[in-house]
Amino acid sequence: MTVNLSPHFSAPPAPLLQVRGLGKNYGDRVALQDVSFDLWPGEVLAVVGESGSGKSTLLNAIAARSQPDAGSVHFMTRHEGLQDVFAMTEAQQRLLARTDWGFVHQNAADGLRMDVSAGANVGERLMGQGERHYGRLRSVATEWLERVEIDVARIDDAPRTFSGGMRQRLQIARNLVTQPRLVFMDEPTSGLDVSVQARLLDMLRQLTRKMQLAAIVVTHDLAVARLLAHRMIVMQRGCIVEVGLTDQVLDDPQHAYTQLLVSSVLQP
Amino acid sequence: MTHPLLHIQGVAKRFTLHHQNGVELAVLGEANLSVHPGECIVLDGPSGMGKSTLLKMIYANYRTTAGSIRIHLPGQLPIEVTTASPHELVRLRKDSVGYVSQFLRVIPRVPALDVVAEPLLDDAGDNPETLAAARAEASRWLTRLRIPERMWHLPPATFSGGEQQRINIARNMIKPRPLLLLDEPTASLDAENAQTVIELIREASARGAAIVGIFHDAHVGDAVATRRINVADFRTVGTVKDIA
Repeated sequence: MTVNLSPHFSAPPAPLLQVRGLGKNYGDRVALQDVSFDLWPGEVLAVVGESGSGKSTLLNAIAARSQPDAGSVHFMTRHEGLQDVFAMTEAQQRLLARTDWGFVHQNAADGLRMDVSAGANVGERLMGQGERHYGRLRSVATEWLERVEIDVARIDDAPRTFSGGMRQRLQIARNLVTQPRLVFMDEPTSGLDVSVQARLLDMLRQLTRKMQLAAIVVTHDLAVARLLAHRMIVMQRGCIVEVGLTDQVLDDPQHAYTQLLVSSVLQP
Repeated sequence: MTHPLLHIQGVAKRFTLHHQNGVELAVLGEANLSVHPGECIVLDGPSGMGKSTLLKMIYANYRTTAGSIRIHLPGQLPIEVTTASPHELVRLRKDSVGYVSQFLRVIPRVPALDVVAEPLLDDAGDNPETLAAARAEASRWLTRLRIPERMWHLPPATFSGGEQQRINIARNMIKPRPLLLLDEPTASLDAENAQTVIELIREASARGAAIVGIFHDAHVGDAVATRRINVADFRTVGTVKDIA
């Protein structure tokens, strides 16, 4: 048995996601202005910036959770090529959101059904795809609880009885069970204890790599960005002020705002 | 070999510090250097001269203010590092350019064995056979660098500086990449382990890797260098034209 030491895979031919000229205003206030970027299959992109810089607005716009005032988002679907997300019907958007996309909320309660069992939370997306066989649903749920390190004995308990870290891990399992190709994450580790954060971060790192998952991670924590992301976007007042490889942006920041951001934290 | 694997021409680096009244620090004025497969270039010069800065620009960790850094792998089109897309740079780092610093960036919870094996698993997905083979290779590296087996399954966060440094060397040299950048890899190693690192570097040279290194320890530099360059010559624009 030998290790394949130099897999010179050619780069995938096309981006998974193309974001062009996104703009959004709340009254007179500019929330997003002319935001454009591509995301490639398997790429993890961090979006950083202070509160109010437009990070979450951007995430919600791309994930078709709120319509922007300007711009477009195209997604490379599995079977029908590149599709304009905002031109889809609501039903098509919902289908995409339940199958090939995932959305991990900052507050796990927003992404879980708090009063149904952990197993049913994990199985819901599969049932939405037509899986009705109880034994198979149960075994997939068991497998996913193990993958996110939740004691399988808790499979029939509702997440209301779970700790914050367990809820967040359950939310991740619930999203990843359909093997999505793109996951949106809104501050996935904030609000958790540091020790719990480390566990979640390591898990996200392993899962994104093993599943070759593309992700857009909104975070204000530069250390989280360093650990998870290949590439980084820095936002200020709704605009992208700097983009680059994560270590490039953190170690040699060019824009005045990025320099301020990097110099304001202890060793990201 | 007809073309150099690494070709650096007219490279300058200036840092602009926006929050220190916009002061500009000129670190490198004009760096010119060509490195062929099998060569090991040792960068000399007092600290603060820009030795690390040059390595970091080759790795695209720092941006280049002016000039060209071209990596030309056999059988492939040359890549201009200074203008390559992040996507291309990620690929380049995975397959072709290794960077060994003296510090390990600790990843929470991941055991030493997997920290070392990880670069072999970049494209492996969930394949258990590849994982087992990568771990077997990682254990050979850890053995060679004298990390006791009882430590392999512990995360390196609690290891000593020298142990972490050896984990870092193993992690960044395990994949035989064609270009290797070494930033003081032996800085806090004892004589025996420094000797092992010398052997590892020579083996990389022998398999045809192009290497550029900085060595705090003069005798390590002497032991591996095929050519030496004084980075002080890269300081000012127009003084040095034909280093390579």
